[in-house]
Amino acid sequence: MAKKLPKTDVVIIGVGWSGGIIASELTKNGLSVVGLERGRERTTEDYFMVHDELRYALRYELMQDLSKETITFRSNEKIRALPMRQYGSFLLGEGLGGAGVHWNGQTFRFLPYDFQIRSLTEERYGKNKVPAEMTIQDWGITYDELEPYFDAFEKMAGISGEENPLGGKRSSPYPTPPMIQTPSMKRFADAASKLNLHPFTMPSANLSTAYTNPDGISRAPCQYCGYCERFGCEFGAKADPVVTVIPVAKKTGKFEIRTHSNVRRILHTGGKATGVLYTDITTGEEIEQPADIVVLTGYVFNNVRLLLMSEIGKPYDPASGTGVVGKNYAYQVMKGSAMGFFDDAEYNLFAGAGSLGMSLDDYNGDNFDHSELNFIHGGNISFTNTGQRPIQNNTVPEGTPKWGKEFKAQSLKYANRVLKVGGQGASMPFRHHYLDLDPTYKDAFGDPLIRITFDFEEQDRQLAKYLTDRCSEIMQEMRPSLMESLKELGPYEIMTYQSTHNTGGVIMGSDPSASAVNNYLQMWDMENLFVIGASAFAHNSGYNPTGTLGALSYRAAEGIATYSKKGGILA
Amino acid sequence: MDEQERPKTTDDQAKGMSRRQFLVTSGYAVGGAVLGGVLGYLLPKRQEAAPPAAPAAEGNDYGQALMFFTQEQFSIAQAATERIFPTDENGPGAKELGVAYYLDHQLASEWGFNARDYMQGPFFVGEKVQGYQGRLKRRDIFQIGLREMQNYSQSQYGKAFVNLTEEEQDAVLTAFQNDEVPVTTISASGFFSMLRSGTLEGVYSDPLYGGNKNMAGWAMRNYPGSQMSYTQIMDKDFTKVPPRSLKDHVAHS
Repeated sequence: MAKKLPKTDVVIIGVGWSGGIIASELTKNGLSVVGLERGRERTTEDYFMVHDELRYALRYELMQDLSKETITFRSNEKIRALPMRQYGSFLLGEGLGGAGVHWNGQTFRFLPYDFQIRSLTEERYGKNKVPAEMTIQDWGITYDELEPYFDAFEKMAGISGEENPLGGKRSSPYPTPPMIQTPSMKRFADAASKLNLHPFTMPSANLSTAYTNPDGISRAPCQYCGYCERFGCEFGAKADPVVTVIPVAKKTGKFEIRTHSNVRRILHTGGKATGVLYTDITTGEEIEQPADIVVLTGYVFNNVRLLLMSEIGKPYDPASGTGVVGKNYAYQVMKGSAMGFFDDAEYNLFAGAGSLGMSLDDYNGDNFDHSELNFIHGGNISFTNTGQRPIQNNTVPEGTPKWGKEFKAQSLKYANRVLKVGGQGASMPFRHHYLDLDPTYKDAFGDPLIRITFDFEEQDRQLAKYLTDRCSEIMQEMRPSLMESLKELGPYEIMTYQSTHNTGGVIMGSDPSASAVNNYLQMWDMENLFVIGASAFAHNSGYNPTGTLGALSYRAAEGIATYSKKGGILA
Repeated sequence: MDEQERPKTTDDQAKGMSRRQFLVTSGYAVGGAVLGGVLGYLLPKRQEAAPPAAPAAEGNDYGQALMFFTQEQFSIAQAATERIFPTDENGPGAKELGVAYYLDHQLASEWGFNARDYMQGPFFVGEKVQGYQGRLKRRDIFQIGLREMQNYSQSQYGKAFVNLTEEEQDAVLTAFQNDEVPVTTISASGFFSMLRSGTLEGVYSDPLYGGNKNMAGWAMRNYPGSQMSYTQIMDKDFTKVPPRSLKDHVAHS
């Protein structure tokens, strides 16, 4: 029998970016919030020894322990899904701050096109442009409606940047100036400008200068140490939930965080959530936390999995195309790129920041004509200077042996002389890409793992090739001694790191039969349950997701505050 | 990425019998051959190519003892990693950098036990895109792999791996890399990949792990290790920064 605790106004499941934002906004509004986090507490002091590539980047210190829970994967419905036994394709977070601790800080806004993708595509190219199996749909919100929330997130995090000439309209400039431009960034920007493209400094959550945000949180500027991706920031210069929103929530006295608390079920009766059931993993004790409002703020996979295990919402059925939970899983097409080897220059590639770089959107969204192309959308093209750590960066020209004397000589020679221009390709949902519960494999508690059914489509192959060609044009203009680029996009495989930008499964929209949540991320089928995260994205764009996820979290916080007073379906 | 054991095929499993015969015919189990290997390795040929001896003050590196490998496994690992990352005019190779000690310590750690990997059954042969689906832990794969390298060296050249010429050692490694070795329980190329990636880890990880001795791996490629700030050089052309290690961050009382 589970131990039952006193009721709280709001319980949130997972304390990462979404959970932290919800907690800070709702406690400021006077609501009492309990935050359940299955991992451990974290502070900046934990990163005292963070410049350790082996421990953090290769042994995944900050990531979810796969021995306890992982995902299963299959390319299509005809084959057996098998567990991802070791890390590869994407990295799952765990602990206070979640994946918001080990992100790079690249903080884009999705394009206006993204939010109305189905209507705008059909309007410009006709209904036949979208393949029958491609399940894109409008998000039930426009960029203009979401803009104030993008602005709120950027001001809270202190995003550094300069205006994207091809992005959506901004109500105010970035709160802090752009990051330092390095000589290699300049080489990219000059080449892109010569090609009449529109490069701009990448928007960065690695602060360019000291900054105090509207919540009164002050943080120090980035030191360009080169340890962002897969690492926590010992300076607190990289915005993460632990150094921004969580302290704000705590200061109200209305936020209680319980770490090592693994939520197993959302409890509900009569179409309303009543609380959650979780296991205290330090004691094994089962605990019930009743609440008026339940907010699911986990990573994509956890959000979908908990809904399915709790039997909330109609599971997606790929055969009929009906049902919503698990629908529109999307990923990213990261392999369209060009690599340049430079004999004429050496750069400080060991230094950098997670979001130090230049980008351009000339080939993203619908910023270019797709009439003659066999795909829609595109990708942000960028050159980054994130810090080339020595174990994972030993790029040698094609044809060089992979080991031995020649490998050694070439890998040393090019350690600070290889520059890469890469495209972050958008991923469109397809009818048979989805998430459901695995029938065979279990987690440490005996609950089913989430199962991914996904592969790259012809759309992705065309897109990867197109982005490769565009990246190659820019690289050619950068005048490398030698250039290499992707030949073709192979099948999706789970072993190579590609991107932790998994999206979908609890998507938003304006039609309850085609979406799981409304544009306040309120569950259509359960009005006091909100599901927040990139799980709400109806497709994945050609950008990093955190900016859009942050905006949606601020929007949802506003909705939850309203709901706590008035009740009912908000949209 | 590529440090995967290839999923077993029924074809591989069918070869189970011949492996045992292979062990017998290769004379692997003869203790004398093993001992000879170790001694042989320490003798003349190698010394000619050896880098200058480290300063005497560094003689007492108490971290250089074995937690996992037998003496024979250690010698094979040391010789093999030196071929993967050899001493040359740029600087020290894997042996001088302590890579075999690095590997030994890692295999004794949670990594060697796959402690944070999903190791629950059931186990099925998977598609290539689904990654490693075996039951073996990394430490098992290393033990089998090093033994098979010894077997293959014996069967091809009648000598232990450490007694082969550099060219012969390269040929053995290449045969593993290309799956040309009749190994049954593991994938030869998967083992080679682990050996190769482990070598790079031992060359370039912080010296606290037992490799990258004296930060010499970093120095060769102008990697400054753990620095608190690069702000002053970000807009500058290439700048050499002397390396620092994590030891510099520990407050010593």
